[in-house]
Amino acid sequence: MQVEIIIAGFGGQGILFAGQILAYAAMDAGKNVTWFPSYGPEMRGGTANCTVIISDEEIGSPLVRHPRAAIVMNRPSLDKYEPLVQPGGVLVVNASMAGRAAERTDVEVVALPANEMAEALGDRRLANMILVGALLARLPVLTLEQVEHALREHMPGRHRHLIERNIRALQEGARAAQAAFTPAMPG
Amino acid sequence: MPRELLKGNEAMAEAAIRAGVEAYFGYPITPQTELLEYMARRMPELGRVFVQAESEIAAINMVYGAACTGARVMTSSSGPGISLMMEGLSYIAGTEVPCVIIDVMRGGPGLGNIAPSQGDYHQIVRGGGHGDYRVITLAPATVQEAIDLTVLAFDLAEKYRTIAVVLTDGSIGQMMEPAELPPMREVPRTRPEWAVTGAQGRPRRVLTSIYLDPYEEEKTNQRLLERWRQIQAHEVRYREYYLDDAEIVVVGFGIAGRVALSAVRAARAEGIRVGLLRPITLSPFPYAAIEALCRQARAFLVVEMNAGQMLEDVMLAVARRVPVAFYGRMGGVVPFPDEILEEIRRVVRQPPRLEEDPREAWFQRWSLAR
Repeated sequence: MQVEIIIAGFGGQGILFAGQILAYAAMDAGKNVTWFPSYGPEMRGGTANCTVIISDEEIGSPLVRHPRAAIVMNRPSLDKYEPLVQPGGVLVVNASMAGRAAERTDVEVVALPANEMAEALGDRRLANMILVGALLARLPVLTLEQVEHALREHMPGRHRHLIERNIRALQEGARAAQAAFTPAMPG
Repeated sequence: MPRELLKGNEAMAEAAIRAGVEAYFGYPITPQTELLEYMARRMPELGRVFVQAESEIAAINMVYGAACTGARVMTSSSGPGISLMMEGLSYIAGTEVPCVIIDVMRGGPGLGNIAPSQGDYHQIVRGGGHGDYRVITLAPATVQEAIDLTVLAFDLAEKYRTIAVVLTDGSIGQMMEPAELPPMREVPRTRPEWAVTGAQGRPRRVLTSIYLDPYEEEKTNQRLLERWRQIQAHEVRYREYYLDDAEIVVVGFGIAGRVALSAVRAARAEGIRVGLLRPITLSPFPYAAIEALCRQARAFLVVEMNAGQMLEDVMLAVARRVPVAFYGRMGGVVPFPDEILEEIRRVVRQPPRLEEDPREAWFQRWSLAR
């Protein structure tokens, strides 16, 4: 089984880090995983994205046109990736920054005001982990415990004091997602 | 060694360090810069040499000089920088000293862009600089292979007194995957018997690429060729996927080969008998493996991120025994698996014809599609 996740938003929203934490968790769980960042000129425009593929077998392409899931943290990312998620897949939207509701009915949509939720947790930068928690609540490719373990194991030294609040953000996102998702309508 | 999540560029740098590289000379260029940055940090820590040269031309000549002393040396760059190094590469080849070059390819020609590309195939596989020589060219498709082939590049360069190039691209350089690094090797303590190390107390040794007497130059050419024959006989490497009963054989290297693997699996799920041959050594090229596949294949499909450069080597091997089709993306565009899947389906639907030119047929289809 292979699951593809695209995480997209503005630079500074922790897009690449959110993908790396999923990749670390997948590696520690003994799975094959690839993490592929945008590194081109689009980054100069302030947008960032990464593709994480988690699989039981050797991974071919590290990029896919139609991911199983997308976390979109701003409006340009919602516009770009909403049409591309596989039917039946999961679209996680940062409602604080999206500026509109998702329109697809054939994917499961989870929309959370992640910025405000992060601020309520005391740090605006936790929006990424809230949305990762929300994703995992609806697409159990990894358990929350596996991601928590990855945070504890792989958070770089200068950020280690942020581990516990990142874990709280994950849990908060997962909890909120169970109350805030719109299931996919059968095609 | 445990598996670690590693970025391609940094993984190749650490692999070179563990292979015992003693000196690195380079100049920054995207999408390779993390390799140089990693070396800038690690080499001084280990008491080894790191120099950021004033240009790629200076860097390759520093590599040349250090290689002549028998030190284990390398540089890395991307297309525009690699082009600047070509004069130095030819001198290194002519002087018969080993070194390792990592080329993290990007879109071109010219300044091009920084997106992944395979446009340097001709330049590297055919030697690149002037004169009559070849270089070993290794093409990783994963971060693990990037590590393993970097280590292998040092071994082969020293074994055959040749240049070994790891030819990869921005996608492998930038992506992260779990991989295992090799154990740390000792830096070599002794110098080869040809190295110029100061002649006090022994007869002098001369390393040069100048042979004004054509008969002497021809002897050098012959020596290079004899070594190349050994390399061809012993160092061909490739990987096969789903080829046992394959009627359609996809050939792709590096990242394109990896994308093709996804397409081959999807096509298998549709019942198409298709497999993949992924050359790991582009030079020496696996001609014999492809020739052998002509007995079972109804058609070949070559997939590259250029206008059909490896295609020419595949066609040499196939020698018109079986029709060949081509699919390329250029300019830094990485194909998605569904594009290659559609090409596999098309080869089933409308098999290529023996008499058609694969590149021309591809170009015509592409022009029509626009």
